[in-house]
Amino acid sequence: MHLLNLTLQPATAVSNAVVGSFSGKGQEILVVHGATRLEILKLNPSTGQLDSICTSEAFGTVRNVAAFRLAGMTKDYILLSSDSGRLSIVELVISPTPHFESLYQEVYGKSGSRRTVPGQFLAVDPKGRSVMYGAVEKSKLVYILNRNSEGKLFPSSPLEAHKNHTIMTNLVGVDTGYDNPMFAALEIDYGEADRDPSGEAMQTTEKYLTFYELDLGLNHVVRKWSEPTDRRANLLVQVPGGQNANTDRFDGPSGVLVCTEDHIIWKHMDADAHRVPIPRRRNPLAQRGETSRGLIIVAAVTHKIRGAFFFLLQSEDGDLYKVTIEHEGEDVRAMRIKYFDTVPVAMSLCILKSGYLFVASEFGDQHLYQFQSLADDDDEQEWSSTDYKNNGDTEGPLPYAFFSPRPLQNMLAVDNVSSLDPILDAQVVNLLGNASDTPQIYAACGRGPRSTFRSLKHGLDVNVLVSSGLPGVPNAVWTLKLNEEDEYDSYIVLSFPNGTLVLSIGETIEEVSDTGFLSSSPTLAVQQLAHAGLLQVHPYGLRHIRAADRVDEWAAPPGTTIVSATTNPRQVVIALSTAELVYFELDDEGSLSEYGEKKSLPGNATCVSIADLPEGRMRTPFLAVGCDNQTVHVISLEPDSTLDTLSLQALTAPPSDICLAEIFDTSIDKNRATMFLTIGLLNGVLLRTVVDPVDGSLSDTRLRFLGAKPPRIVRSNVHGSPAVMAFSSRTWLLYTYQDLLQTQPLIYDTLEYACNLSASMCPDGLIGISGNTLRIFTIPKLGEKLKQDSTPLTYTPRKIVGYPYAPIFYTIEADHRTYGPKAIERIVSEKKAAGDKVDTSLLELPFEEFGRPRAGAGHWASLVRVIDPLTNDTVQTLELDEDEAAFSAAVCYFERMGGEPTLVVGTGVKTTFVPRSCKEGWIRVYAIRDAGRTLEFMHKTRTDDVPLALAAFQGYLLAGVGKSLRLYEMGKKALLRKCENTGFPTGVATINVIGARIIVGDLQESTFFCVYRSLPTRQLLIFADDGQPRWLTSVVNVDYDTVCAADKFGNIFINRLEERVSEKVDDDPTGAGILHEKGFLMGAAHKTDLVAHYNVGSVVTSLNKVSVAPGGRDVVVYTTVSGAVGALIPFISNDDVEFMTTLEMHIRSLNTSLVGRDHLAYRGYYAPVKSVVDGDLCESFNLLPYPQQQAIAADLDRNVGEVLKKLEQLRTGSVF
Amino acid sequence: MSELRYTANTSLEQLHARYTGTGHADTTKYELLTNQHRDTLSSIVGHPPLLAYLSIADGECQARERFEVLERMLQPCGVPPAKTDE
Repeated sequence: MHLLNLTLQPATAVSNAVVGSFSGKGQEILVVHGATRLEILKLNPSTGQLDSICTSEAFGTVRNVAAFRLAGMTKDYILLSSDSGRLSIVELVISPTPHFESLYQEVYGKSGSRRTVPGQFLAVDPKGRSVMYGAVEKSKLVYILNRNSEGKLFPSSPLEAHKNHTIMTNLVGVDTGYDNPMFAALEIDYGEADRDPSGEAMQTTEKYLTFYELDLGLNHVVRKWSEPTDRRANLLVQVPGGQNANTDRFDGPSGVLVCTEDHIIWKHMDADAHRVPIPRRRNPLAQRGETSRGLIIVAAVTHKIRGAFFFLLQSEDGDLYKVTIEHEGEDVRAMRIKYFDTVPVAMSLCILKSGYLFVASEFGDQHLYQFQSLADDDDEQEWSSTDYKNNGDTEGPLPYAFFSPRPLQNMLAVDNVSSLDPILDAQVVNLLGNASDTPQIYAACGRGPRSTFRSLKHGLDVNVLVSSGLPGVPNAVWTLKLNEEDEYDSYIVLSFPNGTLVLSIGETIEEVSDTGFLSSSPTLAVQQLAHAGLLQVHPYGLRHIRAADRVDEWAAPPGTTIVSATTNPRQVVIALSTAELVYFELDDEGSLSEYGEKKSLPGNATCVSIADLPEGRMRTPFLAVGCDNQTVHVISLEPDSTLDTLSLQALTAPPSDICLAEIFDTSIDKNRATMFLTIGLLNGVLLRTVVDPVDGSLSDTRLRFLGAKPPRIVRSNVHGSPAVMAFSSRTWLLYTYQDLLQTQPLIYDTLEYACNLSASMCPDGLIGISGNTLRIFTIPKLGEKLKQDSTPLTYTPRKIVGYPYAPIFYTIEADHRTYGPKAIERIVSEKKAAGDKVDTSLLELPFEEFGRPRAGAGHWASLVRVIDPLTNDTVQTLELDEDEAAFSAAVCYFERMGGEPTLVVGTGVKTTFVPRSCKEGWIRVYAIRDAGRTLEFMHKTRTDDVPLALAAFQGYLLAGVGKSLRLYEMGKKALLRKCENTGFPTGVATINVIGARIIVGDLQESTFFCVYRSLPTRQLLIFADDGQPRWLTSVVNVDYDTVCAADKFGNIFINRLEERVSEKVDDDPTGAGILHEKGFLMGAAHKTDLVAHYNVGSVVTSLNKVSVAPGGRDVVVYTTVSGAVGALIPFISNDDVEFMTTLEMHIRSLNTSLVGRDHLAYRGYYAPVKSVVDGDLCESFNLLPYPQQQAIAADLDRNVGEVLKKLEQLRTGSVF
Repeated sequence: MSELRYTANTSLEQLHARYTGTGHADTTKYELLTNQHRDTLSSIVGHPPLLAYLSIADGECQARERFEVLERMLQPCGVPPAKTDE
């Protein structure tokens, strides 16, 4: 078996974000998604939205990013640290199309995210002179960033600043102005603690704040200063410093902010420290005797404005604090802190100079806020270091500072970048029945109160503005401007089978009759002709309306009718029923003049098309005609060869419609738009070919099945760039996104026809007809492959289960370290009873924005929810008991319930992970009523451990409880245990049932193949296992003998059982043979073979085997914790395998990774890649320079177009 | 004991100082485990998706999880055993 891995939706989780002027013009934000994908976002000032400018897959784990600028330059370079063991410097190049260019890759260590290989930490000198790479332990390397004689960036060889037995917590560059660059690190030395058996040394080990100085003159690094600081320090923040060359003023006091639990300390070499407390929320649920944990700062950003500066620090609750430092020269007078606002907990914060804050939240959607004020003079309480003895720099903690969180006051939310991460479980099914020919993805996303249940449909989202009825069923609609210079359209023209209706667009839309249009017959085309003319093509002739009182008419020769027409502002072509073409061009006086002779065709023309007028030209050179004898002709319109046939293509079916349009696609032509010919066939297939701009020949034909209806095709415009729309049972849009041509369906009702509408109320709209209704809509966001609809959830979703007979999902949700509503009520009433004052205002704030009050480990809030995925509604929720959390769920069919589906939920009470323990486990049984919409609690059964996996099995329930697999039967008051097998090494994590076979996934030891035998006694027998240890997260059956599984390290692999073993086991009715077989390698008697192996790069959370494309074969769809959706597609033919592996090998050898990670090593991170081709890498063929493309294609004995076509076919044939 | 052990030792010590976590003939179980845990913990921190996965399970934010994991590297396997005279 050979598989192709393709990404359907790239990762959206943000692991890092930095702001800089990467293009050299204005500010951009560089975001690292899911640790592997780089994206540049730029704020669009007119819409206030973040637009994606360019993205690139790194094919390696990006661990840290930084921006730096060499002295005298205007643009920032990107510095990356990754698992490649290299220093990588990347530049964003804007022209011709935005892309990343790798400037420098310098090997300094082994690959992989290792303990002593630098790359975990990255600090840059603010003046861009040097950079320090730090490892978690021991190693630090300093590079000096220079320019060589040609002005190119040239890093020096590295200088070492290693120290053994030292663990680094954080690293930052110190702002020293133009003095020698310095770096500050938080370090802890474990040498003592490792040698002291009494444990005393471990208790007294101190954390050091160490300053390293790079002496630029001597070219070496010295450990300049090291002093113990708070043991719980976790983060360092750079403080502006250095002298301004012009004014001799100090920009700031320099040094660093040391963020520790509950405190922020300003520190600098040989200066007195200042310390302030981190203000905290008053926890209304704090109980007596409960020790409260310190609050840490998770993200920080420094902002400088006009010589002043301030910091925004974010705590783990999401509260932002504004910290200011009052200084005189290099001396700090006071440090102040106050509460600013509350936003979601971020991985990184970025402030844009234009007054925006980008919050790259750690889970879920990213947000953009606009500053309304800087809270300089509000009434929020401020804490100053001068309020405390010795500026707060004393032994022991400072008294707590409290504040009350409140809704946003200083910022305004302006944009929201939708993000799926983390996807914790997903199901791929088609719940829409006949309304959809492809399945949808239903995913449980997010964490905590910001969790959502999302349904994802392939296609572009449509925003409907108007839907109004019409007197009949029109067959076409157009919009018209009255004048070339008009900004907006004035008329809407509707063609009915027996007439034409003209509507004018004004304050309202109303019918007009004095337009000069012929209303008694249908219309074939309308066009605004140069300056102020209007053209109507009807079956019997042309009407050129030049002014209100002047109409030029051209009548079709007697006995003929016009069957099809195509127009642009200067050219008109009509096809007559006598298989003739007539060509008109606008002459100097502005009237249409007919070309001398007609062109006769070999068959009746069914459709004709010319492209839009190229900018600054008099005519478009080509005409395309589709004939009913299954051919397409390209005909010249140039003056010296007018109406000569240039090329011809035979089709497999008669064409239904045809369209010529010039669209930009960098994979075909990097410099100008390509002329595409799109042909719709009667059998529902869309052909897309490229027209050669010189000789009109056709090449590079791509096929795609659109739907059951013969497509109609229209040239249009979306978001200001040319596009093509094809109307079949779904509406498809061909458009350019990030310089590549995309073909995507719209998620909307079936449309007959549509065209652009530009009106004051919607400048970039579309107007379409569907049946007898007129629709006005817009396409809000291009480039999004999946449309999302979401339902908010209360807690982190753990699993979703579908009801088999109706579109209903059950989710189980659980949050650790959280009190449920029952617990909150109990604690509040207990506190009130004890006479304590309880301030419940915090409990009344919306949890989605402010989070829930934190509880200790072992406290859980959890519920079971019934969701209607079609309406995105919650139908029912059932809260579990206090500290009881749901971990597993399954729909079972018990005999006692008459074979009706029953929901079973496995829960644990007071579960903790370190150490792994729980007070007790329960299996709860819910009867399903009301076509799945209502759950009714029946009973619960105690277990000794948490049931982490449940599955239905032949009228019984299989439960994985700790290390045992148990079989339960439904009883009256509880479940009845029938038999068990306790032979699983670590714990049962997954159970899959296929026929009589049970596949059990262990937490650490991969899969076990089991059978159930009821004779002579009930037994669950293991007959085969895997020889390798695997920390499983998800398992799916591929066929009876084959499983596909994913582990915690991002590997997906396929294991297969030998057919001989499989048959032998099935032929053994008592299981005696299995029971007495001799074990092999300390496990079961038989082992599965590894068939395929691949590293995805992120933890896979769900696997589904399903057919995704209409008529496509089954593929394995996976989702990851970083929010990515991908698919593994089996190859059909060996030729494809050979082709793709060779292509992959060639692209691999070009080493295109921005971080310099060896691709084979990355995909074979933990075990070598086996039988899987990385389709994402192969698709990057698109982006290679043409000579490289040609060289690779030549090696494959094909041309570039054929390679691209093959790549597209492999994708669209199975997925999207 | 072969002669080799004494002659090779000088360069071995250097190598051990250079490559933290390398074992030798006299590595104790405690040292081995401590090294293994430190490797694992730094690998968790070095793979952002894995860190995210853990932080979801634990109900903590990623920065807190990273911090606690790094702190655990100080002594991941408890107090070292007392030396016994052989």
